[in-house]
Amino acid sequence: MAIEVRIPTILRSHTDGAKAVTGAGKTLGELLDDLEERHPGLRERLVDDGGLRRFVNLYRNDEDVRFTGGLDTELADGDTVTVLPAVAGGAA
Amino acid sequence: MLSIDRSLYDAIVIHARKDHPDEACGILAGPAGSDRPERHVPMVNAERSPTFFRFDPQEQLAVWRELDDRDEEPVVIYHSHTSTEAYPSRTDISLAAEPDAHYVLVSTREPDTAEFRSYRIVDGEVTEEEVRVVE
Repeated sequence: MAIEVRIPTILRSHTDGAKAVTGAGKTLGELLDDLEERHPGLRERLVDDGGLRRFVNLYRNDEDVRFTGGLDTELADGDTVTVLPAVAGGAA
Repeated sequence: MLSIDRSLYDAIVIHARKDHPDEACGILAGPAGSDRPERHVPMVNAERSPTFFRFDPQEQLAVWRELDDRDEEPVVIYHSHTSTEAYPSRTDISLAAEPDAHYVLVSTREPDTAEFRSYRIVDGEVTEEEVRVVE
């Protein structure tokens, strides 16, 4: 059950500079727990007590996981999970 | 310093004017590692707001994939402020996640003159830089 996880520049300090890492899990939450064992600190950049952080986008293949169950999103062997920091801001 | 072609500079200002009074946003892509903006990619402001912007997550994924495929990166990330100066707000600073990008701010608060300024934002530190327009 291998899932490729694509890591943005700003989080590569948690992956020894790697652009992509591999993990396992039946759900996104399980995958993040699995990654945390080898890449400490990564999980907390993606989730907080309330679930997925508001300004981080996670995608299962082409789908924003906000619309597929968040941390409960089911994963299958061969899926790719992409992490992108939101590009956001504003005058307020 | 940000070195930018006149045509790209103008394209950003035109986009900001067109979306006024909402904030406009987008990127200039360029070859990875070149620090040279070459291609304008206007983005949808998913917030459609005069005080906030956010790239639409689905559009962002598509554009970022295209950058990867072309071996490009977002050399410039821009957005407009429509009633305040062209300086990064606290929100802009706290959400800036591309330490290698030039963050361009355009203010459209004056109808006749556009303020166009560029910054580096790294670990919450803002450094303004010179903008050199190449004719």
